[in-house]
Amino acid sequence: MFSLLLILLAASAGTSPTPTRPETRIGRVASEQEIQAASLNVFPSGKGLPAGKGTARQGKLVYDARCAECHGPRGEGKDPYPPLAGGVGSLATDHPLPTVNAYWPYATSVWDYVRRAMPYEHPGTLTADQVYSVTGFILSLDRIVAEDEVLDRESLPRVQMPNRDGFIPDPRPPDLPSGAPGRGR
Amino acid sequence: MKSDRRTLLAASLAAIAAAACEKTARVAAEPGARALGDGRRAYGERSPFERAERAFRQSNTPATSSSRTPLQDTYGIVTPSSLHFERHHSGVPRIDPSQHQLLIHGLVDRPVSFRLDDLHRFRSVSRIHFVECAGNSGREQAGRPGEDPQKSHGLASCSEWTGVPLSVVLQEAGLKPTASWVVAEGADASRHSRSIPIAKALDDVIVAYGQNGEAVRPEQGYPLRLLVPGWEGNMNVKWLHRLEVADEPAMSKDEAASYTDLMPAGKAWRFSFVLDAKSVVTRPAGGQRLPGPGLHEIQGLAWSGRGRISRVDVSTDDERSWQQATLQDPVLPKAFTRFRLPWTWSGAATTLRSRCADETGYVQPTREEIVAVRGLHEGPDGFDHYNGMKIWRVEADGRVTHV
Repeated sequence: MFSLLLILLAASAGTSPTPTRPETRIGRVASEQEIQAASLNVFPSGKGLPAGKGTARQGKLVYDARCAECHGPRGEGKDPYPPLAGGVGSLATDHPLPTVNAYWPYATSVWDYVRRAMPYEHPGTLTADQVYSVTGFILSLDRIVAEDEVLDRESLPRVQMPNRDGFIPDPRPPDLPSGAPGRGR
Repeated sequence: MKSDRRTLLAASLAAIAAAACEKTARVAAEPGARALGDGRRAYGERSPFERAERAFRQSNTPATSSSRTPLQDTYGIVTPSSLHFERHHSGVPRIDPSQHQLLIHGLVDRPVSFRLDDLHRFRSVSRIHFVECAGNSGREQAGRPGEDPQKSHGLASCSEWTGVPLSVVLQEAGLKPTASWVVAEGADASRHSRSIPIAKALDDVIVAYGQNGEAVRPEQGYPLRLLVPGWEGNMNVKWLHRLEVADEPAMSKDEAASYTDLMPAGKAWRFSFVLDAKSVVTRPAGGQRLPGPGLHEIQGLAWSGRGRISRVDVSTDDERSWQQATLQDPVLPKAFTRFRLPWTWSGAATTLRSRCADETGYVQPTREEIVAVRGLHEGPDGFDHYNGMKIWRVEADGRVTHV
């Protein structure tokens, strides 16, 4: 509401369209360059993905050097490091294995997490090309992408993860028999 | 390093205790004489005789791990900051507040960056709220119940948080009409990230710099954290340094995969943000021992992410009867509420359990009721959002164990 008022004031005064400071004058206007440098978020739509590209074949070299020690040579995991691959199709069985490939709904989430947080002891050390290629290698372990498929800001959001439609909105509390006084206790 | 420090601490405690004994001995030698006490100190410490501690298991990856609050050793509703539970994904960063900034960008009229001093100029609020990890007490659902309140329910704590309403800083940046999510990011090494619906962001979320009357502790997000009242702990982003306003959730790992609940049919519930009403008896409880039959006070804690606790009932006879416990003032929304009930123990073996309700009419379920709906299939990080009743067994010899 306050900002709307400012916009109206600015418009009526015929001032330039550049961002104006509110009357509080608290804080500092951030530059586009500063925002670009700080912004890490990647969205399922692909918004936020940087330039760069890679294939699973290239990613195997990155994976072997930077990831395999903890997650195993084929993404099988090694406690406490979780499995990345396998378990596709297992979620509705008596022994679900919710790995990255079997469970995560978006390839962009894998990309985002690898860039933010991996490798565990050295987060932030992979280049964009390495993140594209190593994401490709992980997905290729369950044939979600082919070995020489190029992943980049255009193709990654189009990757269909096996469990893309495996999530439903949380129905609590109405579907949970809570034993409320009015409900039979 | 850690064990060295602990050894050193133990040694100094022993020395203090020994000195205290000597002092007592000297005083005793001269009837009527009283030794002077200790002098002042710039920053206080608790009595060396107090031993309550956070508990954690040894880990090969200590930077991504947790520690638990000794709920059975706390009084009232505020958890001492030193005992607030911890959960870190890549260690506790050491942040110089003079260098720290909060950047707000995305679907806003004016991208803006605030320093701590800037944030102190806005109107502040102080509110008492619990923070609870969504995985707290999940092992109870798995059928691996915790032996004491700390092990079963210690990933929850309650503090007075002080800061600026998130709505105030978002309005300062000016929200565009399409703004529907706020993606918050921490300055920890792995840049923890969570998306919060705009309605919640504009409701009661606090950009907090204060905890229990002083600066937020490093383990709790110094110098700045989000406090998202009543919602799963993971969303209360610590070491907050960036907020992107967006028209879609980022679907970061902890909202796309972790913190979802896998159901028996293979589908998973997601966006389970609100923590439902939960309670636990903290005394008498597992790991404790009743000295003998007679009067004892049953105490415990209850909390709900949907508002105030309205009622707590306690059963001391295997659910044959329930008695309404007294709620200790103040009873605040989305905060720990302490309950108490005098109980005369006959000396016979029995069980103790509590059942809370909140102001929406929701009543805490049993484990069986939860398992009947949600099953026993573990998601990527075990079981989350479990809030079933906790049962303690009192043996005839006074020992209290878990069921």
